[in-house]
Amino acid sequence: MGQIKLNQVTKSFGEVQVIPPLDLTIEDGEFTVFVGPSGCGKSTLLRLIAGLEDITSGHIDIDGMDATNVPPAKRGLAMVFQSYALYPHMSVRKNIAFPMKMAGIDEAEQKRRIEAAAKALNLTDYLDRRPGQLSGGQRQRVAIGRAIVREPSAFLFDEPLSNLDAALRVGMRLEISELHKRLATTMIYVTHDQVEAMTMADKIVVLRAGFIEQVGSPLDLYHNPRNESVAGFIGSPKMNLIKGAEAQKHGVATIGIRPEHTDVSMSEGLWKGTVGVAEHLGSDTFIHVHNTGLDTGPGDMVTVRITGDIQAKHGDEIYLTPQLDKLHKFDAQGLRVD
Amino acid sequence: MARAVTNNRKIINTAAAWAVGLLIFFPILWTILTSFKTEATAIADPPVFLAFDWTLENYTAVMERSNYAKFLWNSIIIAGGSTILGIIIAVPAAWSMAFVPSKRTKDILLWMLSTKMLPAVGVLYPIYLICIQLGILDSRVALVIILMLMNLPIIVWMLYTYFKEIPGEILEAARMDGASLKEEILYVLTPMAIPGIASTLLLNFILAWNEAFWTLNLTAANAAPLTAFIASYSSPEGLFFAKLSAASTMAIAPILILGWFSQKQLVSGLTFGAVK
Repeated sequence: MGQIKLNQVTKSFGEVQVIPPLDLTIEDGEFTVFVGPSGCGKSTLLRLIAGLEDITSGHIDIDGMDATNVPPAKRGLAMVFQSYALYPHMSVRKNIAFPMKMAGIDEAEQKRRIEAAAKALNLTDYLDRRPGQLSGGQRQRVAIGRAIVREPSAFLFDEPLSNLDAALRVGMRLEISELHKRLATTMIYVTHDQVEAMTMADKIVVLRAGFIEQVGSPLDLYHNPRNESVAGFIGSPKMNLIKGAEAQKHGVATIGIRPEHTDVSMSEGLWKGTVGVAEHLGSDTFIHVHNTGLDTGPGDMVTVRITGDIQAKHGDEIYLTPQLDKLHKFDAQGLRVD
Repeated sequence: MARAVTNNRKIINTAAAWAVGLLIFFPILWTILTSFKTEATAIADPPVFLAFDWTLENYTAVMERSNYAKFLWNSIIIAGGSTILGIIIAVPAAWSMAFVPSKRTKDILLWMLSTKMLPAVGVLYPIYLICIQLGILDSRVALVIILMLMNLPIIVWMLYTYFKEIPGEILEAARMDGASLKEEILYVLTPMAIPGIASTLLLNFILAWNEAFWTLNLTAANAAPLTAFIASYSSPEGLFFAKLSAASTMAIAPILILGWFSQKQLVSGLTFGAVK
């Protein structure tokens, strides 16, 4: 069991309210990702759930029980920190055993769980080392191992991959996803990386300035962003947001078109521009197009994505045609118009 | 050329360091030398540095006249007891100031330090009276408590500085792992702060060992530590200069040896956090 329910939860630091009244339900077994730009309150929200910060008003229910005033140690949640937060003076084995020692689990059972966790996380050969002797990825595995063995009702991850290099990050992302499939335990995962959010989540909670902007499945957010900021945040490269005359043609304040929903031609199309930078990834090419005469904000740039490779050099003329059925429309307040 | 300058500098610096070191150490050296002289040589004018007849007669006399073991034992109890008691009180205090600071934490730290600015003699009278009232004058208990209180600000300050270096996330991890406050301090914070705690222990042991004001004023026979042992050989006319030196040498020897063996720990502890 691991349903977590936030009812009218607020958090203030002194005079500053960082979380305005907020309601959210995380279902048992769900992989929920809190995503948003830095300073949006996502880590604070996670710490409120963990009990590491006291909430200012409202209440938190875990498995139907009011946990608002329950200390973190008694909430039955496990947390993986960005800095790993391993105990530097203990061996890997003792690090993993620590929560079980605190829970008073008998030695034989401790041993069994440590070995199972070590096997699952490829740590068997490192059990007698100290955290200082491990690489970043191994340390993060130890932190996950320490979280698994207590068999918590939910796992909380606070940007666990942001200290790892890109290659390792992709690997660990998969490992955590697989872990979730295997354990089917509630997981709450905080990240500022929308790729992690899209690839791992059952449910994404997009936050900005403490407010929940939208809650939904990754594809729901991708296809039906509720407002401009979600539209701009979800998807990589970012959606192009165009204002001015071009938007007025569609009767709205802003139109949005994703880079992958724009057809590209070197000879004809709706919008004409010049190639700025072309990023060739092999499988895809991202072209940043300037001088389109469209009101795209300060950068004057429309980004398009083409599957495969295309010969386009800096300064070449290029023509873009948005796929009209994939167009997103927003009103003057930035809210979606259907 | 540049190299030669650097070398010259090095020589000058080294020589200067030795000069300062010897200057500081000279009184101790002179005391040790004097303790091996006869009373007559000890007050000879001009003073004799090394060319004298070395003798152990002062040590024999001191051992015969006073019960060195008893003074030593009192010193160990008083210095050790006040240090350990101080650490037990200071660890939770420093924990709360380092990890759950309030708006006034900085003020409290300064206030604690300000108590060290008051001359001890200013509170001698009330403390003396309190000790009489409680019937603990000339007892080790009184000295353990008083020296602990005297050194507590320093202990808390030092531990606070070390604790500040420990990342708060590790303690939060312990809390998430189900550790109670006591377990968090016992199993996570304290072991991580061992180098800092050890140097705090050492420094305070040394401070308490050498403390003379309270130990001399509040003791007579029962609880007198080595400071009183030295004092008992001082006479206004300076007649027993060699015996006084022998007593001093015997009093400082244990702490000198302790300091010598733990100097690495002491230096690394005292400069902890100074270099990132």
